[in-house]
Amino acid sequence: MANKDAHWQKTKSHMILTLLIWFFFSIVIFMFGESINSASFLGYPLAYYMCAQGSLLAFVILIFWAANRQESIDDEFGYGERED
Amino acid sequence: MFKGDFISNLPKIYGTYTGGFLIFIILMAIMESAGVSAKAIGVMFVAFTVAIYAIIGWLSRTVQVDAYYVAGRQVPTVFNGMATAADWMSGASFVAMAGGIYYGGYTYMAFLVGWTGGYVLVASLLAPYLRKFGCYTVPDFIGTRYGGGGVRFAAVIVLVLASFTYVTAQINATGTIASRALGIPFELGVWVGLVSILLCSMLGGMRAVTWTQVAQYIVLIIAYLIPVFWISNKSGYGVFPHLMLADEVARIAELEGQFGLVKNDAAAIKAAGVPGGLAYISNPHSGVPAGGLAAWKFISLAICMMVGTASLPHILMRYFTTPSVRAARKSVAWSLFFIFLLYSSAPMLATLSKISLIDPNLPTGIIGKSIAEVQSIEWVKQWIAVKQAYIADLNGDGVLQLNEWFMRGDVVVLATPEVAGLPYVISGLVAAGGMAAAMSTADGLILAIANALSHDVYYKLIDPKADVKKRLIVARALLVVIGALGAYIASMRLTGILGAVAWAFDFAMSGLFFPLVLGVWWKRANAAGATAGILGGLAVGTAYLIHVAPAFGNNPPIIPGVDHLRFGIPGAIASLILMVVVSLATKEPDAATQRMVDEVRVPSGKAILSRQH
Repeated sequence: MANKDAHWQKTKSHMILTLLIWFFFSIVIFMFGESINSASFLGYPLAYYMCAQGSLLAFVILIFWAANRQESIDDEFGYGERED
Repeated sequence: MFKGDFISNLPKIYGTYTGGFLIFIILMAIMESAGVSAKAIGVMFVAFTVAIYAIIGWLSRTVQVDAYYVAGRQVPTVFNGMATAADWMSGASFVAMAGGIYYGGYTYMAFLVGWTGGYVLVASLLAPYLRKFGCYTVPDFIGTRYGGGGVRFAAVIVLVLASFTYVTAQINATGTIASRALGIPFELGVWVGLVSILLCSMLGGMRAVTWTQVAQYIVLIIAYLIPVFWISNKSGYGVFPHLMLADEVARIAELEGQFGLVKNDAAAIKAAGVPGGLAYISNPHSGVPAGGLAAWKFISLAICMMVGTASLPHILMRYFTTPSVRAARKSVAWSLFFIFLLYSSAPMLATLSKISLIDPNLPTGIIGKSIAEVQSIEWVKQWIAVKQAYIADLNGDGVLQLNEWFMRGDVVVLATPEVAGLPYVISGLVAAGGMAAAMSTADGLILAIANALSHDVYYKLIDPKADVKKRLIVARALLVVIGALGAYIASMRLTGILGAVAWAFDFAMSGLFFPLVLGVWWKRANAAGATAGILGGLAVGTAYLIHVAPAFGNNPPIIPGVDHLRFGIPGAIASLILMVVVSLATKEPDAATQRMVDEVRVPSGKAILSRQH
């Protein structure tokens, strides 16, 4: 049971970390949309770029990263699926 | 063909299919230059693609429950990603999104953030756990986790309400495209669209829908990307538009300043005889509106769309079809990647379309030119004739101003290739892509509703002794009935009353988000709490909607900025509070349920529900 609890504990912290990054790219950035728009990325105004492309790309990378990290957590505690 | 071997041959099969489709496009281009009429090409594009989907649907027919409900749980990660992307991107995403950005600018792009960010919630909170559970439908999870017919039935109510709100809009879109491409009346087009949709799903259920959705994704992404890249290259804006349109975005901002973003008076628009549903540019393209309320409106809309995404059953059920928990998780990532390909192109298409219309220095520009001159342009004449565009000289100076050019948002996707001088074959391709997008989403939604009614209501609540044959007959009959109901409502053109697609997200978010998430993440949650959360959240959300929606109460929002597109916020908050309070006030779940939750939390080991249930 202790193993199961430790696995869940680590899974929970991983979930919280993932959602913090998600929160930054989906909410925090756009709270300051007006002030960051004067900065630029690839020549685009920054806030415009983030909602047109930047945050979207961040989400794709975030999910791939989170899935890989969760897999290694599962393997670490021996809960990974054997074959895929 | 569809035996074990089929799965390992998938890349080859869909590779051949993609090659075949590209050859078909080239063939159409040759026929166009040989003098075949534009109308015939449009008909061939739609007919050819729909016929392919129908063949796939027929080949995927099945008499097994497992295959019918969850495609036999053997859909590989990447292919499930493509199928989900097609399931997700509706006719509205395909046809209307670029138009929305064209008119709404930065403000509208909250939808882009919301409709992609939601997948992070799906991946980290729900998909892998629901896959481990081994359920057939979303209410199946709720009903087994919390126990009892009442909570299962409550979940079905939310599912039907959310999915049905969404599906009529999709059938409506298939009808519009079918009627335009085939040259038949809209009312007939709706039924043609419905028959095409049912051909894909009726015989094979989830298995057939999965393999047609993969085929539909390939068509729709080709149909979206070719025009974007072609226009950008042909007009010299850049080889890779996504990275190279910064100058055009800056130029648009400059032109906005030069022409002025004028808000027209509603009475003046009416007096000038502008047809309903047409819009004009009055929002900055890349500029962020000032003030805290504007930022809150952006964020609150993004929140509703994200949380709603994570609660929509037709999306969640796609992750029941993967071979493993690990595959479910990865599959969410691939889904979002395939969605990203289209969503990141929509702002670019909007930019290309806008610059080519409003820059008077370009040969395609119309703003700032004399109205008589613009009225003689061929494409302008055509779209004005079908009431999709309109010119009103509001200040009487004979020159077309930014606020004097009215156009329907959909025209951005449908007419931009023509405006940029691309051959008609591209317009035919775009019609086929729009049809694929609308059909794939409609299929997923109708299947979600019919499966919940046949599995959760009929089999689990009414007749638990029904044999496989009877269950599948009921499932198929429901599919037809629900499709017909959707088509009937769509053919009455009640869209104004049925409301926005956003409502589906708000309904799902109000009733399902917290009961689903807490079912995995909070062991203490029990049946009484979940029932209160589902019904209470739905009731509060709906009451708020009725209070503020223009079609109903039309009152000013109680919470600042939270209008009828965002009623999921009060709904979901009420759902969370009720669920926690009622759960804590009643008995904790029994030991067996708690063990079940423990089992759901680890990927290895057997699924909770048996393979055939």
